[in-house]
Amino acid sequence: MSFQEKLEKNIWGLMIMIAIVVSIGGIVEIVPLYYLDNTIEKLSQEEDSIRPYTALEQEGRDIYVREGCYTCHSQMIRPFRDEKERYGHYSLAAESKFDHPFQWGSKRTGPDLARVGGKYSTEWQVKHLVNPRSLVPESVMPGYPFLLEQKVDDTLTERKLRALAKVGVPYTEEDFSTASSSVQGKSEMEALVAYLQVLGTMVNFQEGKDYRE
Amino acid sequence: MSGTRPDEQEYHFDVVKWFAVAAVIYLVVGALVGDFIAWELAFPALNFDNQYLSFGRIRPLHTNAVIFAFGGCTLFATGYYIVQRTCQVPLWSTKMAWFTFWGWNAVIVGAVITFPLGLTQGKEYAELIWPLDILIAVVWLAFMGNFVMTIVNRNVSHIYVANWFFLGMMVMITYLHVVNSLAIPVDLTHSYSIYSGVHDAMIQWWWGHNAVGFFLTAGFLGIMYYFVPKQADRPVFSYRLSVLHFWALMFGYVWLGAHHLQYTALPDWAGSLGAAVSLAMIIPSWGGAINGVMTLSGAWNKLRDDYVLRFLIVSLAFYAMSTFEGPVMSIKTVNALSHYTDWTIGHVHSGALGWVAMVSIGAIYHIVTKLWHREMYSVSLVNTHFWIHTIGTIIYICAMWVSGIMQGLMWRATDEYGNLVYTFAESVSAMHPYYVLRSVGGVLVLIGALMMLYNVVQTIRGAKSPVAQAARV
Repeated sequence: MSFQEKLEKNIWGLMIMIAIVVSIGGIVEIVPLYYLDNTIEKLSQEEDSIRPYTALEQEGRDIYVREGCYTCHSQMIRPFRDEKERYGHYSLAAESKFDHPFQWGSKRTGPDLARVGGKYSTEWQVKHLVNPRSLVPESVMPGYPFLLEQKVDDTLTERKLRALAKVGVPYTEEDFSTASSSVQGKSEMEALVAYLQVLGTMVNFQEGKDYRE
Repeated sequence: MSGTRPDEQEYHFDVVKWFAVAAVIYLVVGALVGDFIAWELAFPALNFDNQYLSFGRIRPLHTNAVIFAFGGCTLFATGYYIVQRTCQVPLWSTKMAWFTFWGWNAVIVGAVITFPLGLTQGKEYAELIWPLDILIAVVWLAFMGNFVMTIVNRNVSHIYVANWFFLGMMVMITYLHVVNSLAIPVDLTHSYSIYSGVHDAMIQWWWGHNAVGFFLTAGFLGIMYYFVPKQADRPVFSYRLSVLHFWALMFGYVWLGAHHLQYTALPDWAGSLGAAVSLAMIIPSWGGAINGVMTLSGAWNKLRDDYVLRFLIVSLAFYAMSTFEGPVMSIKTVNALSHYTDWTIGHVHSGALGWVAMVSIGAIYHIVTKLWHREMYSVSLVNTHFWIHTIGTIIYICAMWVSGIMQGLMWRATDEYGNLVYTFAESVSAMHPYYVLRSVGGVLVLIGALMMLYNVVQTIRGAKSPVAQAARV
């Protein structure tokens, strides 16, 4: 009796074989990412100013996730000439190391946002979010006027930062104690724009250096 | 007929009936939401500046409705049906089967409530909040437990090939769902993934592609391996090919997620590995498609008048096409162009509308006629459904091919001085006609789904009339 035939007559044997066979690919592709040193780029002191998001930026990030911005915008610039021209330096893994969850996205119905920080003024961002077509007539983006009226819920902010600290984001006691007061009374618009304005601004890239080996 | 086979009445088919009807309803809902968001992209005023209707919140409702509500209910219906038929025993536990019915529908109701409210985990196809994730895990394990125990009780010596595919799906989806959804809760509706950045990306796409590979492929191949031979009234073309198809698929699909992350900050070795295995996957995928289609050899004439077979065989043609297109898109040079564009959306829909939906529709028509013991209320309406669904799907895919490739080319176009030729906004406005066309394709699919719902409801209502009861005897 062949091995295959034995499995066809033994449900437990079949289940165990399936469990083994389907595990291999995932283990080979995922586990080394945690052990290989070069998964997240090493940056020098002057290059690296990657920090956890401030309480307001993190609240803005939560709004970005809530509104499903990732369904139309990527945050991952690839190392191509046109992407460099349009969006800036290609993205590094280090730049999203504090992002729970990651928001690299998979679709560009709108442009990439990985380096949108500082690209437009805060006034532009607010006006654009309220009515995208007032500034970009071709845009198909939904309007978000309601973000102006809705206030950030400051009762959860400290717990959010504490939860993030538990999964490895290096927040300090000071961050926790000021979390709620620093977002108090802020509109959701202010939070979201604060997040957008910091995107992709935390690394000082050196001209001509290859960050991907 | 074997002496041990139970009477028709001893099988537990009520839960199959409920899941089958639910699947048809969710096909309508999923197509309706999908088509609405398609129109939103063509005419953004349809977002009405209303947060509950905004594209970003509703798009996950569409994907979850079609994958988990429609696809899921189809898998439950066919899984419970196939395992009883091929093992020749009733379900191990009827109570547990009913628990999965109400539990799964509770998840779906949860999705309908939470997504418009903006409650999400922000990971594609795994957006549901953590309490719903736990409910999914519990229901899924109940499904698997019941399925496995029914096989344990079987009255035949061998486990039939359709069940292998269902088992493969159940094991892998448990594994994927649990690992990918691990999160640290902030409160009842909010949580953060325990993974971050590049690790989260790899784990998410390991889930993302295998939701396709196992939930939407392995499970539906199980459907194919039962319903195609049954409807054609012939044995599966090649037993050896099905063994090869099964194990190669179980081993290979798992690797593909990394091809979604080529040229990103994921280390190059992982993306390249994913792409290499993706190319190799053409072989088992086509092996399976050939195995299904060739089951009809010697009975091709049945395609002319058997509407169920027509859905099943055309679904296999789409399966073969999508499983060729997928590996092509994972080749690095192609991916550089196709990634982030509508081409991906077109590819997904040739798999979803062409393969998954059509094999499901065929299987559901089959189940309805078998379990309510009568012919469909209107066969000509089924034929119309077939054509309107096929045409809608083809319009959809072609529109996305053109818009996707056009986007890719417009984004990378540079003039002789190395300056970009087009602004991003120009590429957006160039998409407009294709977004309208895509939405029209979606309308056709939606009309087809409504025809199916009407036809199924009329068939069932007829089955309850005394005339039908008499006809049954």
